[in-house]
Amino acid sequence: MADMATPPGSAPDTGGRRDFLTLATTAFTAVGVGAVVWPFISSMNPARDTLALASTEVDLAPVQLGQAVTVMWRGKPVFIRHRTPENVASARATPLTELKDPATDQSRVQKDEWLVLIGVCTHLGCVPLGQKPTDPHGDYDGWFCPCHGSHYDAAGRIRKGPAPLNLAVPGYTFTSDTKIRIG
Amino acid sequence: MSIGLHKSEFKNPVIRWVDSRLPLFTMMQKEYGTFPTPRNFNYFWNFGALAMVSLMIMILTGVFLSMNYTAHTGYAFDSVERIMRDVNYGWLLRYVHANGASMFFIVVYIHIWRGMYYGSYKAPRELLWMLGVVIFLLMMATAFMGYVLPWGQMSFWGATVITNLFSAFPVVGSHIVTWLWGGFSVDNPTLNRFFSLHYLLPFVIAGVVFLHIAALHITGSNNPLGIDPKGPQDTIPFHPYYTSKDSVGLVVYFIVFAILVFFMPNYLGHPDNYIPANPMVTPTHIVPEWYFLPYYAILRAVPDKLGGVLLMFGSIALLFVLPWLDGSPVRSMRFRPLARIAFALFTLNFFVLLYVGGKPAEEPYVTISRFATAYYFAYFLVILPLLARLERPLPLPESIARAVLGRGGGPIPMAAAAKPMEKA
Repeated sequence: MADMATPPGSAPDTGGRRDFLTLATTAFTAVGVGAVVWPFISSMNPARDTLALASTEVDLAPVQLGQAVTVMWRGKPVFIRHRTPENVASARATPLTELKDPATDQSRVQKDEWLVLIGVCTHLGCVPLGQKPTDPHGDYDGWFCPCHGSHYDAAGRIRKGPAPLNLAVPGYTFTSDTKIRIG
Repeated sequence: MSIGLHKSEFKNPVIRWVDSRLPLFTMMQKEYGTFPTPRNFNYFWNFGALAMVSLMIMILTGVFLSMNYTAHTGYAFDSVERIMRDVNYGWLLRYVHANGASMFFIVVYIHIWRGMYYGSYKAPRELLWMLGVVIFLLMMATAFMGYVLPWGQMSFWGATVITNLFSAFPVVGSHIVTWLWGGFSVDNPTLNRFFSLHYLLPFVIAGVVFLHIAALHITGSNNPLGIDPKGPQDTIPFHPYYTSKDSVGLVVYFIVFAILVFFMPNYLGHPDNYIPANPMVTPTHIVPEWYFLPYYAILRAVPDKLGGVLLMFGSIALLFVLPWLDGSPVRSMRFRPLARIAFALFTLNFFVLLYVGGKPAEEPYVTISRFATAYYFAYFLVILPLLARLERPLPLPESIARAVLGRGGGPIPMAAAAKPMEKA
């Protein structure tokens, strides 16, 4: 701050002080604008009541071996499949090198027979088909998304098509042997 | 200019009183009355005015529809059905609004095509063109959000797919999507904000249209020859010549519009949108409205998610830089034998994209869409820049008047061009 040392009334302003004031004012204005804009931006994020609806309990007892159910969690479908030993075996036989988003079957389940997935295609958010026996299951015995043609395998892993990632596994806990809480 | 009253030249004392204090009448007379306009417009020059009329029809019908619409997931679908069945002339308002969107896009696509063929984007009209691209983007956003409001299956799943486009961006993608939704899926908060923005954006469009026209009145209009008017013999006043020519186009526009509204109101819509939205079931074949199909085809042509999204946004972003991609100083493609062919193929290619965009994501449509996407980008990024260097354009006419009047039986006296100039 050379010009701060200039004795008052001696030399005309060098411009350094003027620049500093301009810069400080601009910076202060930017912070102020940010502080005003933030509440508006933030108001568009999920509200507290929306966040409060964030967990769902599911009773798995009525779901027979080989059956699948769809439950709603946070406005999205969650796929729960009671897998047969063959399903599990085929999913585990797949070498990781064949996968676009490599993940072992073990890493995607808590109990081998129960596969819990968010039923939303990781491409553009459609609900893949494959929950009903009459649905197409894709080329890998899992799910098939009709919107843009993504194929998922029996562990919900992406195998073919435009989707970049495996079907997401939601956070869930077994509250008893046959009950889970999602979220 | 000194402070004081504007010197109005209007004779009517009331108009004169207002005009001296706020010279709106003088401005209108200058910009729409005597405004010198190239004398050689063809009917493609109707479409700016038609787009303006479309915007006004959309705002008018939209305001009245909103009086009976409920922006809530539990009521939206039923409120639209109530508009169709119980509200007086509700069916008319809704069909005019829904088909009006299609008419707006038809008109604007032709308007853009006109600009591309006759080189209206070239200097000095680059900013005018870019403002037009902004209007086009705003129109797409508005139309997309409007289609969500009836809360049918296509509304819901269209909204889901389009908002999910933003999830393709690394790191911030999923946060952006949650922010757009106001929740963890397309739901009531999403519907509410879409309604709010769908009501707001048309007025933003009107504002940008004002700038678009203001810029137009600085540079003046392009014309089918693409050469600048050199004097009064090359122009005629906007009124009555082009007000009447626009009126002819307007009548044809209303005929097409009326046929759509009264005889085939659902032809351009999708029957699945008469099924209430169901977040648990995706329709087997999701398609956007027809006017988005070319871009949807580009999105689906790429096997990579982020790549598809970037290419789709890029296909429109290219329009912004078109004035600098096409360096040829010759505006009108009438005088560009090679560019003319390339652009004819581009036009055909656009229809191919539109067609495959509406087809399921399977062969042969995927392969066709890849070739068509390649040509779309090649036209802007390779063909136009190359032709600007390589092509030998045909000789340009000496002036508009010479070109237009010389064609028929000998030159018409200059008086014919000079006479209609009105007193301001």
